[in-house]
Amino acid sequence: MSWEVVIGLEVHVQLATQSKIFSGSATTFGAEPNTQAALIDLGMPGVLPVLNADAVTKAIKFGLGIDAEITPRSVFARKNYFYPDLPKGYQISQFELPIVGKGHVDITLEDGSTKRIGVTRAHLEEDAGKSLHEDFQGMTGIDLNRAGTPLLEIVSEPDMRSAKEAVAYAKAIHSLIRYLNISDGNMSQGSMRCDCNVSLRQKGETEFGTRREIKNVNSFRFVEKAINAEIEWQMDELESGRKIQQATVLYDPVKDKTFAMRSKEEANDYRYFPDPDLLPLEVTEQMMNRVRADLPELPGQKIERFMTELELSEYDARVLAADRVLADYFETVVSVSGAKPKLCANWVSVELLGALNKNDQEIDASPVSAAQLGGLLKRIADNTISGKIAKQIFEELWNNGGTADDIIESKGLKQETDTGAIEAIVDQVIADSPDQVAQFLAADDNKRKKLIGYFVGQTMKASKGKANPQMVNQILAKKLV
Amino acid sequence: MHSQTLKALSDALAAGDVSSQELTQHFLDRIKQHDPAVNSFITVTEEQALAQAKAADQRRAAGNAAPLTGVPIAHKDIFCTQGIKTSCASKMLDNFIAPYNATVVEKMADAGMVTLGKTNMDEFAMGSSNETSYYGPVKNPWQTEHVPGGSSGGSAAAVAARLTPAATGTDTGGSIRQPASLCGITGLKPTYGRVSRWGMIAFASSLDQGGPMTQTAEDAALLMNAMAGFDPKDSTSTDIEVPDYTASLTQPLDGLRIGLPRQFFEQGLDADVGKVVQEAIAQYEKLGATLVDIELPNTHLSIPAYYVVAPAEASSNLSRFDGVRFGYRCKDPADLEDLYKRSRGEGFGEEVKRRIMIGTYALSAGYYDAYYLKAQKVRRLIKNDFDEAFNNVDVIMGPTAPNAGFKLGEKAADPVSMYLSDIYTISVNMAGLPGISIPAGMSNGLPVGLQIIGNYFDESRLLNVAHRYQQETGWHAQLPAAFA
Amino acid sequence: MALDKEDVVKIAHLARLQVADSEIDATTERLSSILGMIEQLQAAPTDGIEPMAHPTDAVQRLREDVVTESNHRDQYQSIAPATEDGLYLVPQVIE
Repeated sequence: MSWEVVIGLEVHVQLATQSKIFSGSATTFGAEPNTQAALIDLGMPGVLPVLNADAVTKAIKFGLGIDAEITPRSVFARKNYFYPDLPKGYQISQFELPIVGKGHVDITLEDGSTKRIGVTRAHLEEDAGKSLHEDFQGMTGIDLNRAGTPLLEIVSEPDMRSAKEAVAYAKAIHSLIRYLNISDGNMSQGSMRCDCNVSLRQKGETEFGTRREIKNVNSFRFVEKAINAEIEWQMDELESGRKIQQATVLYDPVKDKTFAMRSKEEANDYRYFPDPDLLPLEVTEQMMNRVRADLPELPGQKIERFMTELELSEYDARVLAADRVLADYFETVVSVSGAKPKLCANWVSVELLGALNKNDQEIDASPVSAAQLGGLLKRIADNTISGKIAKQIFEELWNNGGTADDIIESKGLKQETDTGAIEAIVDQVIADSPDQVAQFLAADDNKRKKLIGYFVGQTMKASKGKANPQMVNQILAKKLV
Repeated sequence: MHSQTLKALSDALAAGDVSSQELTQHFLDRIKQHDPAVNSFITVTEEQALAQAKAADQRRAAGNAAPLTGVPIAHKDIFCTQGIKTSCASKMLDNFIAPYNATVVEKMADAGMVTLGKTNMDEFAMGSSNETSYYGPVKNPWQTEHVPGGSSGGSAAAVAARLTPAATGTDTGGSIRQPASLCGITGLKPTYGRVSRWGMIAFASSLDQGGPMTQTAEDAALLMNAMAGFDPKDSTSTDIEVPDYTASLTQPLDGLRIGLPRQFFEQGLDADVGKVVQEAIAQYEKLGATLVDIELPNTHLSIPAYYVVAPAEASSNLSRFDGVRFGYRCKDPADLEDLYKRSRGEGFGEEVKRRIMIGTYALSAGYYDAYYLKAQKVRRLIKNDFDEAFNNVDVIMGPTAPNAGFKLGEKAADPVSMYLSDIYTISVNMAGLPGISIPAGMSNGLPVGLQIIGNYFDESRLLNVAHRYQQETGWHAQLPAAFA
Repeated sequence: MALDKEDVVKIAHLARLQVADSEIDATTERLSSILGMIEQLQAAPTDGIEPMAHPTDAVQRLREDVVTESNHRDQYQSIAPATEDGLYLVPQVIE
C-alpha cells in the first residue's frame, strides 16, 4: 500500500523580552531555582497579570514577517488544567482570537524548489515552570523560574509531506525569529520547541488520518528523526490492519522510538474561557506602523538583494541569508574587505562555515570576527597575498587571533610581485628540470596545459608560496618556448 | 468614643481631643469584651495596631497627618496583609501568612490608618449569611441568633457593634450591601474598576469589587477618598480621576429623578421590608426628588446568570489552591492526584466545593455555549436594562435584600433559597455599577436597608443622596443595645 | 438539568476535589437543584446579543518591558508546605 505522510508543526518560541509576559520578573536563563519567580509567577492569592508591551510588539513583528493578518482585538483565555509546574492551575493563552491570523512561510526543498507552508495562527501565551525528576526522596522538584516567560505558539497548516519538509519549515521559522530579533531561538535552552503532528493516509485519500502529536522536540535533527520514527511506527500499525489512536507521544533518541505519555492518557477538558483579569488586547494602526517602521529586511528580501546587487548565485544567497547573524557577518566582510562579493561569499560559506561546523560552533561565537576576515580578504583583493597564503593566515587567525596585516608582516607572507625576482626563480626551476622541459616541448597544446602545472608548483614551492601565481604563469609561458 | 462616626473621630484626632493610641486601645478593648458574642474577627493584630497608632500620633505631631491618620479600621480577611494571616475564612488558608499587602491595605496604611485586625467572612466570599466560614458563623449584633448577612458579615457586624469605626468589604453579588442592610450600617460597592483588586483574593474577577463599610455615607466618602484610584497592577482598574467624595455630600436633591424598578417590589419581597423602603422613598420626595417608575425586565435572570458566571470564574481562580506553594496540604499524599484531591477536598468547605463544581461543569466541553456563553449574553441584557433606565433617571432605589436577617441555620440546607437573598444586589455586579445600602428602618428589631444604585463612576452622587437622607433621619446612628 | 452520580464523579475529578462516596448522593442532589435554577436562562431570548465578559469596554493596558522584581525566594518559600534546595516538592510526577 502506498502511504502519504501529513505533518503539521506547533512551534513554541520564547520571546526575548527582559521581563515576563505578565510580571516584572527577569527571564534570564539558568538562574538558581525559583529566584526569578515573583508573586505573580507563583500564582499567589490575590495577584493579577498586566501584559508586557514588548511581547505584543514581538508577536506583531512575527505576524508581519509571515504576511499575516494582525487581529485588531485579540483575547486572552484561561486553559485550565492541574500540573505542578502550572502554578495557577491555568495557563493564560489565546484561544478563539489569537493576535496573529493566517500567514505563510516559504521553504526550500532539497531539489532547490520552494514550497509555501501555511501558518494557521500564532498566539501569545505564558510558559510553564519545570519539573525536575531527580530523586528528592521520591519527590519531584518544581522550579518556576520559567513560569510566565512569554511564548509565541506558531501553528502551521498540515502542509508538510515529509520529515525533511518539516525540518525545512522549522529552520525557516528559526531563521525568521532571529531575523526579527524576537527570540534567540536557542533550541538547547528551550527557546524554540516543536510539537509535531503526524498522520498517514492512503495516497489519493482526501480525509486526514488520525494524528499523533510528538511533544517537545528540541533540535532540528530530532525533528527529522522523531518524525521518521513515528512514520515508521504508524505505517507498521496500519499495514498490520490496526487503527491509530490519537495520542501524545515523546521521542526517545536513544531507542530512536516514540512512546505514548502516561500522564496525558486521559482526555483533557481544558475549559477555556476569556481571562476576566485581562481586557481585550487592541492593536491599533499606530502600533502597527511603529512595528512596521522597525521591521528589518527579511530573508526573502535579502536573498533577492544578494542576487541582484551583489550578483551572488541563488545558492550562495540562500546559504548566506538563512541566518541573520550570518548574513550580517557576510555583509560586514564585504564592506571591510572591499573584495568581490563572490570571493567573500566563498570564504564565508566554505572556509568559515566549514571551520565552525568542524568545531561545532555557532556563527555568534565565531573565533574569527567579520572584521578580521574582512581584513584578510582585503589583502587578497589588493594582491598582497594569494588565496593559498590566505588560508594559512585564516588558520592563524582562528587559533591565535590578531589581524591579517600583522601576521603578513611578522611572518613575511607578502606576495612576491617583482618580475625580476620571479624570473630568477623560474629560470632556476627550468634549469633544474631538463627532462620535464623536454617533455613539455614535445607535447601538444592540450598536454602542455597539464604539464605546465609542474613548473608552476615548483616555482611556488621555491618562493615559499609567496610568488604571485598569475605572474608565475605568465613568465613560464614566455620562457617555455 | 466608640459610638462616634469616623468623621467625628477624625475631627477629634485633629483637634487633639484624643490620641490614636487611646482610640486604638479603646477599640481593642471593645473587641476583647464584645467580639466573643458576634465572632466578627478572625485575627486581631493588637501589637501591630498599637505600633501603627504610635506612628500615627508621631505623624500628627510632625504635622503630616492626613484626614484618616490614626483612625482604626478592620480589613475583611480577603485582603492580603503582609506578615499577617490572610485566611479568606478557609481551612485552605488557615496557615497562610500573606507575603505582600493588597493595594487597598497599602492605601489605608499610607493614609495613616490603624489596622485592628482581619474580619470574619463567608469562606472565599461565597455565601450570604456568613455561615460558611471555617472560623464559625458571625452573629448579627442586633439579635445574635440571626445571621449578619454575607459575605462581608464580619465587617458589617464589627461596625454595627461599634468594635471598629469602619471596615473594608468586598462585593461580588451583594457581599457589602446585603450584610450592611442586615446589620444596619452603610456599605458602598463602587463601580467595577474604581478600587484596585490587587491583593484581594479573587472569587469572581469580573464581578469582585472592594469598598467601605461604615456608619454613615460621609464616613464612606472619607474612606473612598483614600481607597479609590487607578492601580497599574490591576489591568481592570480604570484610569480616571478620583473626585473628592466629600465635596458634594450636601448638595440639595431638588429635581433628583429616582427610578423605582417594578421588578424590585414584586413577590418575594417581605412586606415589612417593602414598607420601610417605601417610607424612605417618601422621605426623598420630601427632599425634592421626583419618582419615576422604571422596568428592569431581566432582573429575574440575574441570579441564574450570576450562578454560572461567578462559579465559572471561581472554579478557575481557586485552582491555585493546590497544596504545592502555600496553604493547606493533606497528610501523606499517596501520589500527585491524591495530593490535589485531598488537599482541595479537605481544605475547602462544602459551599466552595459546590460552586467550584458548578463552575467546572458550566465551562466543560459540550456545556460552555449552553451555560457560560448564554449567561454572558444574559449579562449583556441586564446591563442594557440599566443603561436604558439611566437615560431617564439619576439613581435607582429599592430594597437591598428581600428580608431582614434570617435565623442562623434557616437556609443553610437549601443553597438555592440562600442565593435568592441577593436578588436585588446581583444585577448591579453583573452590570458593574455602583450601589450603596443605607439603614432605613427596622423590622422585628432587625435593621432594613435601602439600596441606591448609580450610573458608572457616579459614586459622588450616591454618597450625596445617601448623606442627605442621613441628615434627615437617625437610622444610621442606632446601635444594638448590648453593644452601646 | 439533572446530573447523575457519574457526572458528579467526573466533575469532581476535573476540579481535583475529593468527594467521599457517602457524599455523592447529597452532592448530586444539591448540584442538580442549582442547575435546575440556572435552567431559567435557556428561556431568555439572546439571539444577536454580544456576550459580555467585562463590565467595562476598556482595552488591555500594556506594561513597559522592565524587570521590577527581585529575588524573595526564602520569604516566599517560608510559607510553602515542602521545599528542598529552593525547589517546591510534590509527589513524583510520571510523564
